[in-house]
Amino acid sequence: MTELAGLRHVRYVLADNPVTAGAFALFGFFVLLALFGPWLAPFDPLATSPDKVLQPPSAAHWFGTDQLGRDILSRVIVATGLDFGMALAAVLLSFGLGCALGACAGYYGGWIDRSVSRLADTIMAFPLFVLAMAIVAALGNSVENIIYATAIINLPFYIRVARSEVNVRRNAGFVEAARLSGNTEARILAFHLFPNILPPVMVQISLNMGWAILNAAGLSFIGLGVRPPQPEWGIMVAEGASYMISGEWWVSFFPGMVLMLAVFCFNLLGDGLRDMIDPRRRT
Amino acid sequence: MIDDTQPLLQVEQVRKLFPLKTAGSLVPLRAARRTALLHAVDGVDLSIGRGESVGLVGESGCGKSTLVRLITRTLDPTEGSIRFRGEDIGGIPASRFARVPQRKLIQMVFQDPTDSLNPRYTARDTIAEPLRLLGNLSGTALSDRIEAIAALVQMPRELLGRFPHQLSGGQKARVGIARAVALEPSLLILDEPTAALDVSVQAVILHLLADLREKLGMSYLFVSHDLNIVRLLCDRVMVMYLGRIVESGPARQVFEAPRHPYTRALLSAIPGLGGEASRRIRLEGDPTSPVDPDPGRCRFHGRCPKGQDACTRSSPSLVQMAPGHAVACHFPESA
Repeated sequence: MTELAGLRHVRYVLADNPVTAGAFALFGFFVLLALFGPWLAPFDPLATSPDKVLQPPSAAHWFGTDQLGRDILSRVIVATGLDFGMALAAVLLSFGLGCALGACAGYYGGWIDRSVSRLADTIMAFPLFVLAMAIVAALGNSVENIIYATAIINLPFYIRVARSEVNVRRNAGFVEAARLSGNTEARILAFHLFPNILPPVMVQISLNMGWAILNAAGLSFIGLGVRPPQPEWGIMVAEGASYMISGEWWVSFFPGMVLMLAVFCFNLLGDGLRDMIDPRRRT
Repeated sequence: MIDDTQPLLQVEQVRKLFPLKTAGSLVPLRAARRTALLHAVDGVDLSIGRGESVGLVGESGCGKSTLVRLITRTLDPTEGSIRFRGEDIGGIPASRFARVPQRKLIQMVFQDPTDSLNPRYTARDTIAEPLRLLGNLSGTALSDRIEAIAALVQMPRELLGRFPHQLSGGQKARVGIARAVALEPSLLILDEPTAALDVSVQAVILHLLADLREKLGMSYLFVSHDLNIVRLLCDRVMVMYLGRIVESGPARQVFEAPRHPYTRALLSAIPGLGGEASRRIRLEGDPTSPVDPDPGRCRFHGRCPKGQDACTRSSPSLVQMAPGHAVACHFPESA
């Protein structure tokens, strides 16, 4: 298919569904913030100023300032890169590993299927957030380990989707035909089955991104992973939580809202992505 | 190197048994468990000559598809030999067959053109794949060849860029045929190639297939339960019942003077325009189960209108009744 037709299809899906278009616009905005956050932020996110402690939102500080006088807007903007980066890395990890394991399980069956499925069941048997906490606690308190922990707890979802989608297609005529065309089993899995399971997996990725952001922020909220001076939505909410009672709501409200918006955006994105990737929606 | 006196394909006493999962207790008792075997293909002999067109008919579940998968070498036989141009290919594991030189010589047109095309591959991608993987073509040589094949199956060039869901049933069938003949195989297996098509398209596709056979000099193994199609296109017919060939012979002879009671019943079921409804032979009873069938008994007994005690004592084997015409029945019809 030509690139032009692909672009036309993307435009068609966006025009057809304004909610998707909105989600994509929001996503684009977040990506901009993530990439150029340090240059877009009006103030230094780490600079403290004792004379401007806990100021409410104003023209100078749109989101107000925190207990150390740091500009919350700047911190929220700069944090986007870290939060998105962690979530993206975790989701890509679990997508790659989960799809490979799940697709093999669904295609080859037998002992591969049994062991992979039991692995997924075992992970699912834990309360996932507690498992993530345990993994970070065991591996060490660092950003990489938050990524690994988030990837591991998301693994079962990819394994299950990939396994079931491959399983329903492994006896399809086109798989048998691919064998006759000279494909080895591994090639069939990679070039015939994998592209066909992408639409449902894409939805999973998008839903998962939101969830991964929430998870990474959650771990930071309870003090794991990201260290305090570094701006990160979870930590910012945690730091502001104690000021809620005394009336300084903006300290945790804005990072929380942005976090919620990001998760919401990814959830909406899922449907749109599926439509774009599914060739049957192409006209 | 290639022995021309040998038939193109020679299958001898090939069997495929599938173990069935037995509903056992939670704790498997080794001694008590004996896996039941489903005899899908149970000792089949067949040979296909160069340029010959052979029909394989039989009801659903008789093992046609399993036999086809054994011949296309995507399934390993339990026993027996499959020789292609004199070389034993039955012993090559199906998982390795994709890289064997015979792969490109044995191709297949699938029953359902929708199911057999990858929904994410354009017609061009689908036709290109065997040429790339087995024909080692690339670049302009590849695209020239794709266009030549599209012309051969009378498919407009503009359709090559389309996905299966943008093609009609007949066009999809052409893509499937183009993929199969792209490498000019010597044996083409056609698994009910027209079953999923409209009657009007069926005729066109059948003409195309007959044309292609002449142009490319392929042998056909035509699997169908549409007996009229087999009668039109095939030189020889084999009738299969529960994993075995019960009658095989020249198409004319089998259709005009069937010897096996099952073949007679099958032929009488062809819908005709004349008021011949009364001549239809109805088979009573259910087919014997293919799971661990009694080897000392005719498989057709119980449904056979001619069944006698002798049929429960031994299983008939294929016996030559006339030149090239063999029947497996204790009480065959006389010519």
